[in-house]
This record gives sequence, structure tokens and C-alpha cells, in this order.
Amino acid sequence: MARLFHWLFPHPLLTILLTIVWTILQNGISAGMLVFGLILGTIIPRLTAAFWPERPGGFRVGKMISYTLLVMWDILVANIQVAWIVLTVSNAKLKPAWITVPLDLRKPEAITLLAGTITLTPGTVSADVSESGYYLLVHVLHTDDPAAEVDAIKNRYEARLKEIFV
Amino acid sequence: MTYEIIAIYAVIFCLVVGSIFTLVGAIGLLKFNDSMTRLHAPTKVGTVGVGALLLASVIYNGVFNEGAIQELLIMGFLFVTAPISANFIAKVNMHRRACDAPPELPEGEQWATFDVPATDADISDPVIEKA
Repeated sequence: MARLFHWLFPHPLLTILLTIVWTILQNGISAGMLVFGLILGTIIPRLTAAFWPERPGGFRVGKMISYTLLVMWDILVANIQVAWIVLTVSNAKLKPAWITVPLDLRKPEAITLLAGTITLTPGTVSADVSESGYYLLVHVLHTDDPAAEVDAIKNRYEARLKEIFV
Repeated sequence: MTYEIIAIYAVIFCLVVGSIFTLVGAIGLLKFNDSMTRLHAPTKVGTVGVGALLLASVIYNGVFNEGAIQELLIMGFLFVTAPISANFIAKVNMHRRACDAPPELPEGEQWATFDVPATDADISDPVIEKA
């Protein structure tokens, strides 16, 4: 029974997410559309299961929500800072830098989320990951102290992600 | 009545904020002279700029039409796809050596972008060479 469930729903969270997305897409809840969303939410994870064979481990939804709020606030603050840099700092004075962030995270999903967060917060773009997946390459738009940027990423985002993906 | 006036002001505020950030993003795209620093401009437009414009749409539709929450989906898809396209552009820049060399890694590791067969390692732009 458990194996059948696993075969039918390789990623239960993805099934729920697809159903919700389909319902929002309809812009209104009706029983028929909910059922159709559920059908899509069953078929799509089943068909794509070959590309994502491992089931991601523990995932704390509550911590994820607080993390999302924190990231949204950071995006807002960092946007204003970067807008200021764009408008006031001349090209000659701009100090872009590559930084290497050593990763404590090991799960691919967690590293992807960290890289996405880094790119979305303006001023930093994640560019590459090392072959083993132990280092992340990040480009910073304007910094005086690259080491402080590494610490900020590790303490602010990575530490929280480590608690989300247990 | 006052409720609708407040909503109108909120919509106007969101539109102005979104427009300003989009404008700053465009200015950044024009101003910077290096392909990697240029990459920082669109990530800004994609977050607060588009976010504020969509928020204006949500408020307007919520107050004056029957509500619409599909904007949340636009936002979600944008937030998921924007880092991936930025990542691809960054990787192309690195691969074509169009930017400063990234820092070396310890322990004999290398960045995944540079892990290519020797025949592909030397990338000069074939399109430009032909022309």
C-alpha cells in the first residue's frame, strides 16, 4: 500500500502545489476545477518522476514561511540600496567582486534555493557551483569587504536553510 | 467612497514605485560597461519593479472588479525563473571569458562551468569570426 502510494505520488508536496496553482489559474474555486487540478497534480509528478528520482527529505513549512518573509523584506531593502548605487556610483568607482561561498548545505534542493535567494536579492548574482557542490560562486555588484558578504550570506540565509531542510 | 479613494492612491503609489524601479533597472543596464555588472540590473526589475506593478493590479481588481489573484502566479513564476536565466547568462559569460576570471578553488577543484572537454574549452565566438 505504501509502495503504491509512493509510486502514484512520488512528490506529494508537488501534487498539492500543482492543484493550488491550477485553482488560482482558474481565478475561482469550483469542484470540477479542483478535481481536474488534482488529476493534473497526479499525472505531472508521475510523468516527471524519472527526472527527480529521490524524494526530498524533511521540509519545515513553518520555517519556510518565515524565511520567505525575511527574503522579501531583504529584497525590498537591497533594491533601494542597489538603486542608489546605480544612480550615484560612477563606473570607475564601482568595485565588483567575485566571492566564493563555502557551502555547508548538501541537499541539491537546498543549494538551489540558496542560489535563487542570492540572485533575487539585488547586488548579488550566483553564477556557478563547484564540481563537487561544496562551493558557490557569487558575483557582487559593489563591495568594499568581500569577506563580510560571504559571512552575511552564510549567517542570514544558509543557517536558516539548514533548519528548513532537515 | 473614501475607501475607493484610498484604493486609488494605493494603486497610484504602487505604479509609481514599480515604474521608478523599472526605470532604474533600465538605467543600470545601459550604464554599466561589463557584462557581469549588467546582469545585476534585470534582477532588480524582476523583483520590486514587477512586484509593485502586480500589486497595483491586485488592489485595483480587488476593489473595482471582482478580485483577481492570478498576479500571485505571475510573481511566483517570475521568482522561480529569473534566477535561472541570470545563472545561464553568468555561465555563458564565464565560459566565453567575457568577465574577470573567477577565484581559484582549493583542493584541486574547479567550477562546474569549466568542466568541459578540451576541444570545447577554447570558445571564440563563431558568429563574429564568420562575419
